[in-house]
Order: sequence, then structure tokens, then C-alpha cells
Amino acid sequence: MSDRVAFRVEGLTKTYTSGAIAVQALRGIDLALYEGELVVLLGPSGSGKSTLLNILGALDIPSTGRIFFREHELTGMSDAALTAFRREHVGFVFQFYNLVPSLTARENVALVTEISKRPMRPEEALERVGLGHRLTHFPAELSGGEQQRVAIARAIAKRPEVLLCDEPTGALDSATGVTVLEALYEANRDLGTITALITHNAAIRRIAHRTIRLADGRVASIEANAERMEPAGIEW
Amino acid sequence: MRALDLKLMRDLRRLWAQCLAIALVLGCGVMVLVLATGTERSLRLTRDAYYDRGHFAQIFAAATRVPKQLLPEIARIPGVAQVEARVSMNVVVDLPGMVEPAQARLLSLPASGLPVLNRPTVRLGRLPDPGRVDEVALSENFAEANGLAPGASFAAILNGQRRTLRVVGLVLSPEFVYLIGPGALMPDDRHYGVIWMNEEPAAAAAGLSGAFNDLSLRLTRGASEAAVIAAVDRVLAPYGGTGAHGREHQVSDTFLRGELGQLGAMALILPPIFLIVSAFLVNMVLSRLILLERPVIGLLKAMGFTGREIAVHYLKLSIGIGVGGVLLGWVAGGWLGARMTQLYTEFYRFPYLIYAPGTASFAISAVMGLGAVALGAVRAVNASARLRPAVAMQPPAPPLYRLGRIDAAAVRMGLRQTTMMILRSITRWPGRAAVTVLGVSAAISVLVACFFTFDSIAAVIDEAFTRTNRQQVTLHLAQSVPATVTEAAAHLPGVTRVEGAFGMPVRLTRGWRSALTQVEARSDGDTLVRVLDGNGRVVAMPPAGLVLPETLAAKLGVAPGDVVTLSLLAPPRDTVDIAVSRVLPQSLGETAYIAAPALFALMRVAPQVNRLNLLVDTDRLPALYAAVKTAPAVDGVLLWTGIRAQFDATIRENLIRTVMIYAVLGVLITVGVIYNAARIQLSERSYELASLRVLGFTRAEVGYVLVGELMLLTFLAIPPGLLGGYGFSALISAGFSTDLIRIPLVISRQTYVVAALIAVVSALGAALVVRRRLDRIDLATALKQRD
Repeated sequence: MSDRVAFRVEGLTKTYTSGAIAVQALRGIDLALYEGELVVLLGPSGSGKSTLLNILGALDIPSTGRIFFREHELTGMSDAALTAFRREHVGFVFQFYNLVPSLTARENVALVTEISKRPMRPEEALERVGLGHRLTHFPAELSGGEQQRVAIARAIAKRPEVLLCDEPTGALDSATGVTVLEALYEANRDLGTITALITHNAAIRRIAHRTIRLADGRVASIEANAERMEPAGIEW
Repeated sequence: MRALDLKLMRDLRRLWAQCLAIALVLGCGVMVLVLATGTERSLRLTRDAYYDRGHFAQIFAAATRVPKQLLPEIARIPGVAQVEARVSMNVVVDLPGMVEPAQARLLSLPASGLPVLNRPTVRLGRLPDPGRVDEVALSENFAEANGLAPGASFAAILNGQRRTLRVVGLVLSPEFVYLIGPGALMPDDRHYGVIWMNEEPAAAAAGLSGAFNDLSLRLTRGASEAAVIAAVDRVLAPYGGTGAHGREHQVSDTFLRGELGQLGAMALILPPIFLIVSAFLVNMVLSRLILLERPVIGLLKAMGFTGREIAVHYLKLSIGIGVGGVLLGWVAGGWLGARMTQLYTEFYRFPYLIYAPGTASFAISAVMGLGAVALGAVRAVNASARLRPAVAMQPPAPPLYRLGRIDAAAVRMGLRQTTMMILRSITRWPGRAAVTVLGVSAAISVLVACFFTFDSIAAVIDEAFTRTNRQQVTLHLAQSVPATVTEAAAHLPGVTRVEGAFGMPVRLTRGWRSALTQVEARSDGDTLVRVLDGNGRVVAMPPAGLVLPETLAAKLGVAPGDVVTLSLLAPPRDTVDIAVSRVLPQSLGETAYIAAPALFALMRVAPQVNRLNLLVDTDRLPALYAAVKTAPAVDGVLLWTGIRAQFDATIRENLIRTVMIYAVLGVLITVGVIYNAARIQLSERSYELASLRVLGFTRAEVGYVLVGELMLLTFLAIPPGLLGGYGFSALISAGFSTDLIRIPLVISRQTYVVAALIAVVSALGAALVVRRRLDRIDLATALKQRD
């Protein structure tokens, strides 16, 4: 982790309107994420974690406020520019894996490497998450943990600067979850990928450089982790 | 309303676009059925009523000169109910302000006033007063085309004498519902009409005082037409009878019958395609809906609804679509049917129109339409009834993919992963892909078949006007004259080439089959009017045998080498056995051909002509026309350039209208199929496609997965579609050919290309409409949904 700011968020708000009801998901967030750091976002349901992550990843746009990635301002960018930003800089990992069922593990990774500028080989990415032996299996033939590791391989294969993970272990048991966290931990350590990880599981915060707690659409607290733990050391 | 029915209404509202797409396809089938059977019935009823009220004759005969004293003998023939004898002659007409001559058939009206048979209906004015020698009634269309109202006058050349005639009335006759001149191919209202005149002046002009040359008969109920025809032929033979015939050889009636037959064929050929496609569409949409509604079905079952109740619920949905389609088809078919019948009554000359499509066509189309959707729903509905509640409430198992040979090949080809997704979707659900391919190929078939009519008509026009008949003018002579007349004709103003032609009425018989037709003498040197084989090469006449067109050979059941009996229906009225030397494809008419020397040897006369074919210096046409108008020997003129223009205009006007309708139908099928397929794809894969957007794929790249698959299926549908179109055209060629026109099975490359192109463009349009929905997917929400 360095002290150079990668993401800068100023006065971010997000209001969803559905019919007559307006839901304020974010109520003014100011935040900085640093190059090479792994942060964990904690908070109860509805605290705005996913909304913040989606906005950081250019999947959604804020109602007000500004957001910068390095020297580029993301707010106000066109849809095409946001797509290009995701394509070039961001990797995603979701709770339900989001693999394409009709493509094998290798092909799911190749899907991304085909549109990236300097990707690693799909086999190498799968090797990194310990799935070098499952290249030709379809998602339906893999366990939940394996599917999630394919999703991570797909996310890191394009050597993204940012990796955004929304409850990557939410659907997994403890032992499997640890293997997934190891993959993320190693990607952050070896590739220097800025990694933001949403979880409900407070134990996971111990692998992070910093923990950001959200409550009611605001940042409730930010703690730096004095002593990081390797994923193998935690359990839940 | 029961809660389930409320759900049904809301489902229909939610799925309205898909339901409408299916209903439109189904509606097309219903519409064509109602349109064709309704128009056919209306036209048939109008014809029958008109024939009945106009006392349309059943047997027709012509002779040279028959004394009136023979009439009682004819009336006594067993089976004859009514007899009408009259004078008939062809005359050249000189109309004010028209450079070229027109021609007309002049018919006599009995002294008593209205004829017993073939009664003209007065539309304006009156019939000529008895005793007035210069008053005439004209066929309405001829009078209207030339601006001749009652009170107007014009000149006609009656047996070489120029006479001024005064129009007193405009009439229509059941005999001339479709009026074409001798040797013409289409009605030409400006240049051909019918003149009714009192008997005395007509007979005097024709040199037939105290005699007649045209006979019409009506039969008693149950009388044998063949027996009466034979008896009439016996009576008329000494007086130059050219063979009595029934309505099957009456030109106007033959055209009408042909039209009715074509409408019947249309009702048989087209609707099944639309019904089958809509059945498949219903199956596709309903299967998908039931898959999406599994949890609801499980819940309903858990609450105690029976499988039967649930099946009925989904069946109602398909019936709802069916009812919508049938209603759409009824309205469109009823409206178009009325318009079409109206057009028919204008094209064919009826004094009134009975539009009575009949309840049967509506009922049959409803049964077939609802049957088609119910059939399409059965499989899906059965599946819903059989689901166990516990199973139903679980999400369906994810689709299983396996690597097969196609995958290995695709991997070797280094295809992109998005392309792999397209291929795997097709190979994983081959049935669904097949329905899409089938639907689009049906649309392409309909398009090929409808454009094919243009090709075949173009082929007929090319054959009739460019390759076979190359003369500019044909002069019909009142009597046969020695062939040396051509030398004199060469001196007519502007004539650059003259060829004589000779034809006579004959009866050809083989066993129990017989046909009345015309035999044409062919000379080796003929270059203006040619007989061509199927490859467009000039046929050299065999020295002795007959050359027959395919239609006539089929009617007689003969092939080359067979012998037929040839009866000459003009002097010397001999009957001989003669071999059929050759059979040729020919689109128009049923004329038989024979070498001129062979025919004249049979007739025991020196070479004769009764027609002159001319090439003319166009600058001098007016002078030629003026000469023809006063030439006593000429009783008819055909101006080929005029005929061609008329033929083109009439055919094109009618065809373009019909083709537009079918092109719209083709587009509707394609859109119905592709739109439904696209919506199903989108509902099943929105999660997967949204994931691609998240991974950084652009809208175009993600759209490619959806649109690419549908377009690939559309392209796959082209070969079977074109093949089906060919088969379909063959059916139409067989079903729509009449005694007078054989529709050749000619399909141009352009037809295939345009049909495929229309399908591709409409498929792309339908897919892009759905792609726009894909563009609007909210990524953040789509990812949270897990179906």
C-alpha cells in the first residue's frame, strides 16, 4: 500500500426513486482509496456498501458529488467512456459468480482477455486461483467455491488496477471462503491491485489494510489495520 | 372475476407485444382464408345470379349461314329448352378522334325486342327501337373508354360499307363479363367492344337476311349437354357449323372460372403456413412463460389448485391470443374481401355486386385459428399440469452443457467467446432454434412465391410479345383468300413486311377425350409469328404431323407418336387420323400447329390466308390505319404495341396490389418469429448479458450475442426458405394455371435475393427493437436478480 490516492470521492449522494418513493442510499460520502491497498467495507444491509461499490466501478452514477480515479474525473463521463473505464481498469467479483453458463472455465476467462490490452493467459489466471486442472469444465460442473475462483481469475486476468468484490464469500462455507479470500489476497499482494471488498463478515476485516464502516448511507468509521492476517488464519 | 382470471388478464397485458406478434401471424392466415373463400363465394354468387337473371346460354354454336326455317328443328332436339338465333359479325369501327381503327363484334337483337337468352342489362339509355336501322347499344366499358354516351354517333365499316350509327344505350351482358377481342390476350376497352343492333339492318349488312350464323341454347334440367351438342353439330354441319360447345369454351366464362379456381387455390395453399407458424410461436412463448412461472405454478399447486385447473389457465392464455388473431383476421379479411370483390366487379363487368362472404369462411377460419394455437399450447400446458409443487417452487436446474465435436471445431477456428455463446445456445436448444429457422423459412417461402408471380408473368409477356409474336399489326380478313394477297398487302401504306397466316377451327379427338381448338398453318419462311420450343428455339414443322401445346396434349392424353382424329370444322369438313409429332410448353392458348402444305393438302385447296401479319414503318401508321378503316376485306385489326402496353398495365396493377399484400404477410411472419425469439432470449439471458456489460463489453458487443444468434438463425433459414419457395411456386403454378394461361415455373435470381433480403432486414429490425431493451437494462439491478 502506498500513500498515493487512487480514488477520491467528494460529497457523494445517491437517491433511488421508485414511483413515489425516494430512497436515499448514500447521503454524502467523502473518501480516499490508496494505490495498492485492500479495504474491507462493512455495514448492515441498506447501509450503502453496494451502491458505493457500483459507483466506484462505474456501474452506476451518483446523484450528486464527484469521484476521481487518479487524475480522471468519472462523474459526468458518457456511458461509452464508463464502459471503457470498466473494460480497462476494473475487475468485478460478485456473490453469485456471474459466470456465463455456456462457456467453460477457460472460456469464461478468455471472454475478458479477448477484450483487454495486456492480459495474462487464461490458463495462467486460472493457475493463480488453483484451478489449472479445471480448464474445460462448465460452471454447472464446478462447486460454488470453484465457480467463485473462476470469477476471480476472470477479474484478475486483465491485470486490472482495481478489483471490486461484492460479498464474494457470501454464498460459500468457511473453508471454501478462505480459498477465495486467498486468491484475492494474493492478487492484491502480487499484482498491486487496489481491492475493495464488501462483506457482512467482520472476521474478514483482518486481512485488510483498512476497514471502512458504513451506516445509513454515511461513513461511520475508518480504521487502519495495524496487523494484517493471512486469510488462512481467519475462520467463521 | 376469479383471481386466476385476473392473473390471466394481467399476463396478457404484460406480454402484449409478444401476444400481438403471434396474433398478427395467426391473423394473416385467418385473413387469407376469409379473403380468398369470401371473395370466391361472393364472386361465384354474383356470377350465378347474373347468369340466371341474364338468361346466360349453356350451349353456343357458330355457322356460316343457317336458314331460319331450321329453328323449329333445333328447338325440337331433346333437352333443348330455349333457342336464340342471331347474326354475329366482326366489324371495324372508326371512332371520332381516334387515328387507329377499333373493332367490335356486332350482334343482332330480335325484332321482338329483348332476346330470350344472353339478355343485355341496360345501364344507361335504352335498347334500339324496333324498326330503327341506325340505332345501336354499346357494351358499357367500350362506350365509357371512348366517351360515347347515348346520343353520340360513330362510324362502322359493315361489309365494306361505311355506316354512321347512333348510340342509344349502354349495356352489360352475361356473355361478356370478361370481354376480349379475337386473338387478343387482355381486355382492351378502347379498341374492342360489342354492338347490339336490330336484326334487320344487321342481317342485311351481313348478307344474312332470313338466316342466322350464331346460335345459343339453354337446356332443360338434367339434359345431356354432350348429346345436345352432337345433335346441334349434325344439324348445323351442312351450313358451315364450326362446332357447338358448352360454357367451358366460352371465353368470358372460362376466365371467370379460372379466377375462381385461383382464389380457391389461394385459400388452400397459403393459410396453412401461417397457422403452422403461429402454432409453433404459441408453443415457444408459452413454454417459456411456464418456465418463468414455475414458482407461481408450484405455489398454486401447494394451495390446492389441480393440474387441470392450471392447465386450463394457461390454455386460456393461448386461446386469448387465438381469439385476438382470429378477430384481427376477420376484420382485415372481411374488409379486404369487400374491396377485392369490388375490384373484381370492376375488372369483370357485372351490373351489380353480391358481397356475401358467408359464415362458413369465418367459422372455418376461427376453428382452424383457435385449433392451431391450442395445438401449439398443448405441450407446454401439459408440462405445467405435470409439475410437482415441490419441484416447481425450486428454480429450474441450470442448463447442462457438454463439449462436442462442434465445440472442438469452433475452438480450433479460434472463435471469440461471444460467438461461442451464440453457437452453444443454438446447440443446447436445437428445438427452439429449429422453430425460429422454420418460421423464417416459411416467411421466405411466402415471399419467393409471391415474387415468383412477377417472374412468371414476365416470362409469359416475353414469350407472347417478344419471342413469339413479333409483328406490329395483324389484320383479320373477313374471308379466306388465296395466299397471293400478301403481294397486294405489301403495297399498303408503310408496310415493310407481310406474312400471311391461316387458322381454322378443328376438333381433336382421342378415345373419349376431345377438344375444340384452332389449328394454325405454319410456313418455313415465317419470321414474324414463330413457334418456339422450351429453350426458345424455332421449331421446324414436321412435314405431316401435328405440334401440340402441353396443355392441349394433356387434355387429350396424348404424347408424341400418338395418333389423334382431326375434324376440320370448315370446308371440306373432313375427318382424318393424324400423328402428334411434338409437344411444346406454351403459356398462352391451346392452338395446334401443322405445316402449311400438309393442311392445305388435307383441305384440297391452294395455299390460303385469313390473317396478315405486318411490320410497319411507324411514321406511316396513320396512313395504314386510314386504309384499313376502308378496306372491305378486313374485319378486325390487332395493334400489338397497344396490346402489350395494356397487358403490362393491367397485370402490373393487379399484381402489385397482390404482391404488396403478400410481402407484408412475409414481413409479419418474420417479425413475429424473430421478435418472440428475441424476447425469450432476452428474458432468459438478461442476467448473463448484463454481466458482460459489467465486464466492460460495450452495448454493441453485448447486442451482438443477442442479435447475432437471431441473424445466424435467419441466415440458416435462407436455403430451406428458398427451397420451400420453389415448391410453393410449383404448387401455385399448378393451382393457378387455367385453360387459357399456363403459369410457367420460372423464378429469377432477383426473386430469391429480394425474398431473402426482405427476411434478413425484417429480422434485423425485430431483433434491434428488442436490443434496445437490452440497452436499457439497469446493470446494478440486473445483477442482484437471480432467476
